[in-house]
Amino acid sequence: MTEPIFQLNDIVVTVNQGTPEQINIMDHVNLSVFPGDFITILGSNGAGKSTLFNVIGGNIPVSHGQILLNGRDITSMSVERRTRFLSRVFQDPKMGTAPRMTVAENLLLSEKRGQHRGFGPRHLKAHMDKFKQITSTMNNGLEHRLNTATGKLSGGQRQALSFLMATIKRPEILLLDEHTAALDPQTSQELMTATNDQITRNHLTCLMITHHLDDALKYGNRLIVLDNGKITYDIAGDEKDNLTKEELLGFFSDIEE
Amino acid sequence: MSIIVSAIGQGLTWGIVGIGLFLTFRILDFPDMTVEGTFPMGAAACVAAIYSGASPLVATLIAFVAGMLAGLVTGLLYTKGKIPVLLAGILVMTAAYSVNLRIMGRANLSLFDKPTMLKNHFLESLPPYFDSVVLGIVVVAIVTALIVYFLQTNLGQAFIATGDNPNMARSLGISTDAMQIMGLGVSNGLIGLGGALVAQNNGFADVNMGIGVIVVALASIIIGEVVFGDLTMNQRLIAVTIGSILYRFVILLVLKMGFNANDLNLISAIVLALFMMFPVLEKRFRIRHTLAKGMTKHD
Ligand SMILES: Nc1ncnc2c1ncn2[C@@H]1O[C@H](COP(=O)(O)OP(=O)(O)OP(=O)(O)O)[C@@H](O)[C@H]1O
Ligand SMILES: [Mg+2]
Repeated sequence: MTEPIFQLNDIVVTVNQGTPEQINIMDHVNLSVFPGDFITILGSNGAGKSTLFNVIGGNIPVSHGQILLNGRDITSMSVERRTRFLSRVFQDPKMGTAPRMTVAENLLLSEKRGQHRGFGPRHLKAHMDKFKQITSTMNNGLEHRLNTATGKLSGGQRQALSFLMATIKRPEILLLDEHTAALDPQTSQELMTATNDQITRNHLTCLMITHHLDDALKYGNRLIVLDNGKITYDIAGDEKDNLTKEELLGFFSDIEE
Repeated sequence: MSIIVSAIGQGLTWGIVGIGLFLTFRILDFPDMTVEGTFPMGAAACVAAIYSGASPLVATLIAFVAGMLAGLVTGLLYTKGKIPVLLAGILVMTAAYSVNLRIMGRANLSLFDKPTMLKNHFLESLPPYFDSVVLGIVVVAIVTALIVYFLQTNLGQAFIATGDNPNMARSLGISTDAMQIMGLGVSNGLIGLGGALVAQNNGFADVNMGIGVIVVALASIIIGEVVFGDLTMNQRLIAVTIGSILYRFVILLVLKMGFNANDLNLISAIVLALFMMFPVLEKRFRIRHTLAKGMTKHD
């Protein structure tokens, strides 16, 4: 058995500590992620899916428990430091890109994710061929808009760009938080297909939140269900492949089609 | 003629203040009030340094450092102290007033019989007021070139990204706190530098010379934007200085109309307000349309 690349050990996140509204929005969560895992995450609104990502990303401090990366304790590591191994795509197309900077400038920024940025010139021109090539893989015309301010792109193009930015420098862990949710069904399917291609081709380790049962079943090698800040269901391999939508529906209510 | 040359000289010198404010106001998207304290601080530090025997060049660099330190304090109050940036700036601006009095030991100091950057053989051999034009061009060119270079570096890009989308910047490992502290520091350093040059131009430093600085600097930025419209980042930086010169012309016109120097702050505020309302006015009165019509021949 391989060693887990990433572990959450008994993670608790308590909010409104000491008030009548005190509640654990992460409630003794244990999770071991193995290299090459592509985990789809389901859960109703407010189940704690984004909270889980915020714990992994260091955006919210944990009240109890331990986070390990390759066996090393990173529980108190800052958000900035964690970006050395972690990248993330948000649901909101506005969150992941700098609107007044061009597509190429955004890509260049993401290529140095987690690295030192100094007084050396940025060498944008030298990267243009590479950027043209990788944007053309998204099949949405992004490669013709490299010098356009990102704010002028469509939502679908922006999310495709955010995804490229998250993967241009290989992350040890990729977090996708409903990254296709804001898009129309067609665009959403195209981005999902491109996402799956990249992840399988490059053997990326990925956690993907989705509200689509079909996507959760179709993609990935492992599926977990969150409810009330707890992991209530975690299956992988053949067991996941053989899972039917009806069986899955039995595990929780409230999930949109 | 000479008042036009003098206006250009002032416009160039104040262009440095405009560029300083551009870094916070436009790139970081911060309303930084510190400038009203760092402008006279630069002037005070420069004049005090000249009094204690420093060469004018060294004194001017000291002014940059003084402004930068004050900007760093604002940055720390905002990022680490979690004080809203507007209030942090007002706090430092207020404190700076006392600091500036300490630096000078009194409310104003004259440079009448002291050396300044303008008092050398070459600049003194020029026709009247050309000295400040030449000095202004040199300093603006150096400052603009340095900022243009900086913005094209990896660090500069991280700085722009921080202002554009701090969330995204953090998710790429950019320390947005460090970028904001740095931006406030450099911005206020430049504003201190501007204060030092204005003091040397005017021949004195006064603790009250900071009042209205933010309005004048903003006016340079906004006039440049209204006049030139859509520009690249590098062009926008140059547009600030041109906007600053145009602002001086507007003031010159207004003074010609019979207002006097005591009305200056009122006039600055009105000029800035009018230019900021330009998009609204443009929509309502179709100014561009009317202007264009006025330029064409009757058919
Ligand atoms: N900082 C906070 N303070 C208080 N409550 C919080 C905080 N952050 C999240 N919560 C609560 O924790 C619960 C889980 O929120 P979270 O955003 O993780 O849900 P989610 O599963 O991502 O839902 P959605 O599907 O709507 O995105 C919600 O009830 C939310 O109100
Ligand atoms: Mg969520």
